[in-house]
Amino acid sequence: MVEQVRRLLEKRVESAAGLESLRQSIVDKRDTSRTCISVCGGTGCRASGAEAVVEAFLDEIERRELQVQVEMKETGCHGFCERGPLVVIRPKQIFYQRVKPEDIPEIIAETVLKGNIIERLLYVDPATKEKIIYEPDVPFYKRQTRTIFGANGTIDPKNIEDYIASGGYSALSRVLTGMKPQQIIDEIKKSGLRGRGGGGFPTGKKWQSCLDAKADIKYVICNADEGDPGAYQDRSLLEGNPHSVLEGMIIGAYAIGSRRGYIYVRNEYPLAVRHARIAIEQAMDYGLLGENILGSGFDFNVTINKGGGAFVCGESSALMASLEGKIGEPRAKYVHMSEKGLWNSPSLLNNVKTWANVPLIINKGADWYSRIGTAGSKGTMIFSLVGNINNTGLVEVPMGITLREMIFDIGGGIPNGKKFKAVQTGGPSGGCIPEKFLDTPVDFDELTKLGSMMGSGGMIVMDENTCMVDVARYFVEFLKGESCGKCTPCREGINRMSEILTNITQGKGKPEDLDTLEDLAGVLSTGALCALGQTAANPVMSTLRYFRDEYIAHIEQKKCPAGVCRELIKYSIDPEKCVGCLRCLRGCPTGAISGEKREPHTLNQGLCIRCGACYDVCKFDAVIRQ
Amino acid sequence: MAKVWIDGETTIEVRDADGVNSVYLTVDDKGIIVSAGQTILQAVQRINGIGNIPALCNHPAVKPYGACRLCTVEVSEDGGDKFKFVAACLYPVKDGLIVRTNTEKIKKLRKGIIELMLARCPNVKRIQELAEEYGVEKPRFVLGDQDCILCGLCVRACQEIIGKSAISLVNRGIYREVAAPFYAYELTEECIGCGDCAFVCPTGAIEMGPDGKPILPRVKIPFAEIEAMMKKEAATPS
Repeated sequence: MVEQVRRLLEKRVESAAGLESLRQSIVDKRDTSRTCISVCGGTGCRASGAEAVVEAFLDEIERRELQVQVEMKETGCHGFCERGPLVVIRPKQIFYQRVKPEDIPEIIAETVLKGNIIERLLYVDPATKEKIIYEPDVPFYKRQTRTIFGANGTIDPKNIEDYIASGGYSALSRVLTGMKPQQIIDEIKKSGLRGRGGGGFPTGKKWQSCLDAKADIKYVICNADEGDPGAYQDRSLLEGNPHSVLEGMIIGAYAIGSRRGYIYVRNEYPLAVRHARIAIEQAMDYGLLGENILGSGFDFNVTINKGGGAFVCGESSALMASLEGKIGEPRAKYVHMSEKGLWNSPSLLNNVKTWANVPLIINKGADWYSRIGTAGSKGTMIFSLVGNINNTGLVEVPMGITLREMIFDIGGGIPNGKKFKAVQTGGPSGGCIPEKFLDTPVDFDELTKLGSMMGSGGMIVMDENTCMVDVARYFVEFLKGESCGKCTPCREGINRMSEILTNITQGKGKPEDLDTLEDLAGVLSTGALCALGQTAANPVMSTLRYFRDEYIAHIEQKKCPAGVCRELIKYSIDPEKCVGCLRCLRGCPTGAISGEKREPHTLNQGLCIRCGACYDVCKFDAVIRQ
Repeated sequence: MAKVWIDGETTIEVRDADGVNSVYLTVDDKGIIVSAGQTILQAVQRINGIGNIPALCNHPAVKPYGACRLCTVEVSEDGGDKFKFVAACLYPVKDGLIVRTNTEKIKKLRKGIIELMLARCPNVKRIQELAEEYGVEKPRFVLGDQDCILCGLCVRACQEIIGKSAISLVNRGIYREVAAPFYAYELTEECIGCGDCAFVCPTGAIEMGPDGKPILPRVKIPFAEIEAMMKKEAATPS
């Protein structure tokens, strides 16, 4: 016990100078020429087997007794999830992708010990067919500006020393030793930072009203209740670099005069919860959180609160209701949360990414920060690039990059030679943007002009085989399940929209349905209580705006041009092309296909459930979808 | 005793406590002075002859909630041309505020909300009356057969006035309903049978039963959906 306390006290940093000397001692201890194997332990790579790869590395290092020469690090998400599990061998930054546990002994024997490159694990640039050896040369990374997300690949999120060694908490020490709250807020204002959670509200303005609010108790909240389908950037940031978020929160707390903070994180993100918890404990041990932070007399504590699984709790007032222990339902925000929020006290709520931007702005200055981006949107944004795209993953780009650069240069375009159709941005509150706007610069205002929004940074790419009516139906269906049901427009309106869209996709649509949808959209956007309802019609309105002909095809010709809506398609077998290979016959789950070997098969429409299994397996294009 | 002017001519006296801060605002082009700290709806309802704001989920005895959205009005905060939609039952009166209670946009919105309510509760008299007032004929949607519009007045009255919370709103979205704690079929002894919930209900969805306790409106989930849910559950290996 005494020993434990003594060790704890030893770790505590009492001043800004103490932090610098600690940083120096960590850096001095480290041998930069020592081989460091960093395995991505992010969500995507874990799903493709990164944990087994880590185990295999640890076993092999132990077996060969290389613990001294080789450092092993399980980091947060590197971003290139498509090619996971990812392994980067530093200091040379050799980049191996799709690594399996069987490859590990060879990597250790060849690359780590002899310096030889294993060709088959290298990434091949699909454009040039060239094998790429070093991580920074991979086109996916090369075109990004990874100011927030870059450290994810090099630091162990479970080890505060990694963060400190990379310059972590220097913004906090600068703030505590030489900046007045108003100076911090002026710097944030000058940087032009806008809220990364979706609304795009100027962050500095929010902080200012929190500072101006007169109250003894103020709260600081980190919104990590990311719930948009296809978005996982907040999760990956909290998993991969929790200290950057924490440092931002501490600076925010100091700026507004708060002593208590909360991280509201989804319970479905166990790794993010665990890493945030470890980060809080370690920051407290080092005196960077808790009482008398860095000997400045400033106290701040952070508690983690796990969300109960409601999408609407990402909305600030619902989140605060949930934090208070009430049902997570939004309330009117006519008096801002920055004046009367959690337990009616001024509350400063920002998204994970917004908090992570704060230390950067303090360290590098608002002038440097505001040089990145467009006139109205500064800095970088992390997007999750998913859907029908070659390079699925998380990308960090400066605001103002075009959709085309993002999807084709970084994302590598659409797989299987298919055509791009639309990109859905901003999650269920956003909209679908068609090809003709691919050269639009991505920032808060431009996306809003197109009827979509930046949102939290989800970006779902869709190819020509996507039915836009079905996409709209999917998002409305999602929101129908997530509407809290408090206000009439959202509860009833979304349900009715879902009824109409389902009817259209089933061939039961009527021409007047489109007017009804537009009327409902008007009721939702003007009448709903919170942003969930107010923006719920965006997926419908944007697809109606850009893909109206598809709606009309469904309603009038009873056809689904993309061949997605089951009730509107028909499969048949072309006897000219069918060679009688039996593949479709074996694949059909209902026995609707009959025929002999080497004889053209026939399809019984009465038994066909239009699952498309025959279409997918046919190698001769003999299955026709109409 | 604060004074209220309508059209700058008529003077009505409103019984407000002396010394209360008062604010000046415009409602449908009529200037009024009212005491601060109240909502637009409260201010307008206290003065005869100005504003036309319907409200179903509001009751003077309980705190405002903002669920039915019928009281939505357009306001300009700074007196400029930029108007936004807000719920009058929740929006606090402010100095210099311009309120419009019955513009074309508002009428259209109310019409839309009433159509949705009428589709859910086609047999409720109060909603039929509103539908007539706002010119809603036949809803364009499949008609439901419910009486409850989920305004939550019963739940709030039970909690705020009686201090009991014998009933609550459960589930979310379209499956939301008023229910006894833990979804029990019968109300617990928490319910003292005061009948407050039935009294405040704007649609008559709650009646007092023979045992002296209220009979709650049960939301009837369409059978087809229950069947689909059961099938889905059966298909998912536990």
